[in-house]
Parts: sequence; structure tokens; C-alpha cells
Amino acid sequence: MDFILQPWPWYVGGPLIAISLLLYFYFGKNFGASTNFDTLCTMAGAGKVSDYFKKDWKERDFALLFVVGLIIGGFISAYYLIPNQAIDLNAKTAQELTDLGFVNVGNQYFPEEIFGEEAYTSLKGFLVLLVSGVLIGFGTRYAGGCTSGHAITGLSSLQLPSLVAVIGFFIGGIIATWFLIPLLF
Amino acid sequence: MKNIKFLLLGIFFAIVLSKTQAISWYRFYEMFAFQSFHMFGIIGGAVVLSMLFMQLFKSGKIKDINGNKIVPKPKKKGYIRTLLGGTLFGVGWGISGACAAPIFVIFGFKLIPAIILLLGALLGAFFYGLLSKKLPN
Repeated sequence: MDFILQPWPWYVGGPLIAISLLLYFYFGKNFGASTNFDTLCTMAGAGKVSDYFKKDWKERDFALLFVVGLIIGGFISAYYLIPNQAIDLNAKTAQELTDLGFVNVGNQYFPEEIFGEEAYTSLKGFLVLLVSGVLIGFGTRYAGGCTSGHAITGLSSLQLPSLVAVIGFFIGGIIATWFLIPLLF
Repeated sequence: MKNIKFLLLGIFFAIVLSKTQAISWYRFYEMFAFQSFHMFGIIGGAVVLSMLFMQLFKSGKIKDINGNKIVPKPKKKGYIRTLLGGTLFGVGWGISGACAAPIFVIFGFKLIPAIILLLGALLGAFFYGLLSKKLPN
């Protein structure tokens, strides 16, 4: 039980993610997460506006169940499996963030500065999350995949477009971490 | 229901991501700042073991539940779309610390922020759908 409640190291996480991919393919489907954004748009009626969304979402019922599972699994983890969310951050990272004005750095999974009340009480806080979400939705669909679809499935099956996509992920992530976050906070 | 296994797999995957801190904003900040091995170990470890699985799929040693050969869908070609799309996604990921699957997992941790992120992601996918024919590939 002790192991379940402790944070799991990378060498446990990596293989368990690969096993998730294995099972997803074994169940007969292609592993990925971001196509669900399209499916949810279709379900919300986006097909009335653009042919791109004129698809039969029922063909992706398995993926929607996977998404429901992700939500349930998140609640189970948050409420029962993680008694302590403290993160053993690199001291340099913690110092950098403290210098930017972040408080209680690494005490929880999510910083209050982005995931706290400001997300719905201030326009800036709301827009930081909303615009990030727009970039995630637009970018993953344009690139044809996310971390699951490109970085894990695509790289492991040696697909060149996925390598290009992952290079893009890092260019974007570096721009965000090195330039935009210091600018925003 | 034959698809209930995907629901269970989703629960399992969410627990793995949560327990390994692979949904934590700080972990991604650290990754993009190149100040920690943790996320590289997780993603790299997953890729290396998945490569082995892909070889077993290719050689037919592992077949799917119906006995069919497993063939991962080829990704769409086009360097501009993957590089530009990837970069835009990377910016969103870098700021919010969330990629596609974790957005749903975060519901259990930070409900309203996760809903805002998902709303944004759906708007983004919707914009892409509207513009898809006009964008360079």
C-alpha cells in the first residue's frame, strides 16, 4: 500500500504508459488523445458549420469511453491515491519560479498562480487558460497529434512526421517557458 | 458493453499519469527548462518500450484481440503542418502545463481550470476545422 501512495518514479511511469499503448492497440484501436477534441466538436453540432466535423461520432464511442475513464481516474487519483502532492523539484527551478513571484512552489501539482481562483475571477487568469487551451486544440489538430499520438505512438513506430512534430512541441514549450511565462507573471 | 475495456484503460492511464506527476504543471516547466530528467525519463522510457511493442506488432507476434495484425495509422505527411501545429501546441502546453490527455485527468484535481482548458481546446479544434482547407500543409 505504501508504494501505491508514494509518487511513482519515471522508470515505473514510462513502462506503464507503454503498456497502456500496448493495450489500446491490442483492443484494436490507434492510441492517441487529441482526436477527441474533434469528436466532442462534432457532438456539439459543429457539423452544421463545417463539413470537417460531419462525421459519425458513434464510431468513436470507444475513445469517448477512454476519455470518461481519464476523468474518473483523475478523481480517484486526486481523492484517494495522492495524499501528498509535493513535488521534488530541482532547486534551481524552484528558485526561478520564486523569483518570478510564484509562492509555495512545488507544494502541489498545480500552481495557484495559474490554477487558483484567478482562473475565474480575473480576465487575465481566465484568458491564460483559455488561450492555452485554444493553442492546444488548434495545434494538436493541425499537427495531427499530441504527446500520446505523436511523441509516443509516432516516434516509437519511427514516423518522420512525428519527429518533426515533437521538435515543434519543444520549440513551442521553450518559447512558453523561457519567454512567455516570465512575461506573463 | 464490449467497449467498457476502454473506460477501464482510461482509468488506469489517468492513474499512471497522476501518480508519476506527469500531469503536474511544475514537471513540464522543469522539462522545458531542461532542469530535470523526470519527464524525459517517463516519455523516453515509454517510447523505447513502445518501440519493442511496435516490432512485435510488425512481426505479427502480438495480434489484436480479434486476431488481426496491428498496424499503427500512418501520420499525415507535411512538414509545415506538423512543425507549425506542433509549435502552437507546444506554446499552449508550456504555459498551461497540460497536453491533450491530462486536460481530462486534471478535472479531478482542478475542476474549473480544467473546464476552461477544455473549452479552449474545443474552440481551437473548431477553428482548425473551419480553416483546415485554407492552411498550408
